[in-house]
Amino acid sequence: MIAPRIRRGMPQRYRYEAGKCKKCGKVFFPPRLICSACQSREFETIRLNRLGKVLTYTIIRVPPSQFKDEAPYAMGVVELEGGGRITAQIVDCDFDDVNIGMPVKIEFRRIQAEGESGVIGYGYKCVPA
Amino acid sequence: MAERKKVGITGYGAYVPQHRIRVEEIARVWGTDAESYKKGLGLREKSVPAPDEDTITMSVEAARYALMRCSVDPRLIGAVYVGSESHPYAVKPTGTTLAEAIGATPDIHCADFEFACKAGSEAMFVALSVVRAGEMEYALAVGADTSQGAPGDALEYSAAAGAAAFIMGGEDLLAVCEATYSFMTDTPDFWRREYQFYPSHAGRFTGEPAYFKHILGAAEGILKKTGMKPTDFAWAVFHQPNGKFPQKVGKMLGFTQEQIEPGWLSPTLGNTYSGSSPMGLSATLDVAKPGDRILMISYGSGAGSDSFVWTVTDRIDEVRNAAPATRAMLEDHPRYVDYGTYAKFRGKIKKAE
Ligand SMILES: [Zn+2]
Repeated sequence: MIAPRIRRGMPQRYRYEAGKCKKCGKVFFPPRLICSACQSREFETIRLNRLGKVLTYTIIRVPPSQFKDEAPYAMGVVELEGGGRITAQIVDCDFDDVNIGMPVKIEFRRIQAEGESGVIGYGYKCVPA
Repeated sequence: MAERKKVGITGYGAYVPQHRIRVEEIARVWGTDAESYKKGLGLREKSVPAPDEDTITMSVEAARYALMRCSVDPRLIGAVYVGSESHPYAVKPTGTTLAEAIGATPDIHCADFEFACKAGSEAMFVALSVVRAGEMEYALAVGADTSQGAPGDALEYSAAAGAAAFIMGGEDLLAVCEATYSFMTDTPDFWRREYQFYPSHAGRFTGEPAYFKHILGAAEGILKKTGMKPTDFAWAVFHQPNGKFPQKVGKMLGFTQEQIEPGWLSPTLGNTYSGSSPMGLSATLDVAKPGDRILMISYGSGAGSDSFVWTVTDRIDEVRNAAPATRAMLEDHPRYVDYGTYAKFRGKIKKAE
């Protein structure tokens, strides 16, 4: 049953809510309890900027079974403007066009579904900006 | 009559998927004559949603663009109304996911609307009404669809995907709603029964007694109600089931091609059903000048039309560039797919369990 997990993940998957350290300003996504840079425990909730650049990427050719219809696909680590990093699928482009430093933006997309009758999970993917 | 509260559009945005399929490619598979379809329907290609795009994802993107064009705190949005005939769930609202994604929950009223291609304008009508009634400061209305035509059916050449969202309010308006008028009858021109994957239609009956009768009825009604005539409008937007019908109905009413041009997206977008006339309005707002009047008339089978008279304000110049223009999304970097990819994207292929 993925329904409880979907519900729990909404602040991050739907709204990109991150924790920003009140002391040193480091942004954590998903949020953390203790800042790895300064050990502070005080954070403010911010929303990640939807614009960013590809930091690194790989092409997935043998995916987990629930994503087999999508293979091959690109997965990237994206550094967002204003701080914070996400790992997301990069879609709506050819692999040849994906490169390090490529400007991308976050879009709201379908991530997975529990078969034809199950719940649909939504979240973020990146597309060329 | 008591003075009515001034309401209208505070923010607007649209969303067009990146993928397209050309009429030639569909005709190639079914052995039909592409040229006669292109000429008969007045369209060259249509948008195709990727497997990870649906009415919910497109509504969220369009709504985010609408929010970028205004400074409204999403928590002040009191209602989310989404009109579509392709809500991803038969039971479970589209509106709650949209409201959650833009951060408008839980202090909100959500409802999904359905009325063939008219569900989007219906959501707009109700959103305007609840704001006018003083129930809330802002209400979000969306028209979105990822419509399907049966393989090989004439509808397959036009059934497309897209969305448009409007934040209705009483202040900081970029377009004031001057009047609305609706015109409906029970007309069985197009339908989809429960559990059916593809819709059915009554062929030529979808024209004269359906589309044209209701749009003309709504147009005559709102022109009479407001005392206006076609020359009082800078722009006009009509529902676009194909490229031809909106041109023809515009001409019948006395509008010029120039007046319908900016909102006439169907030749390269296709029919986005509930998104159709709302996206036409969004594209028209992208080019409208302060003071311009816009006539918008939707059409939904079954059947009915909602008409709106909008007057654009000075604020349009401040907000129009805050989010992507509709036509730019339509024209920039389309990714063409072949029929096989299209069939896979749209779930038209029967797979093993
Ligand atoms: Zn810190």
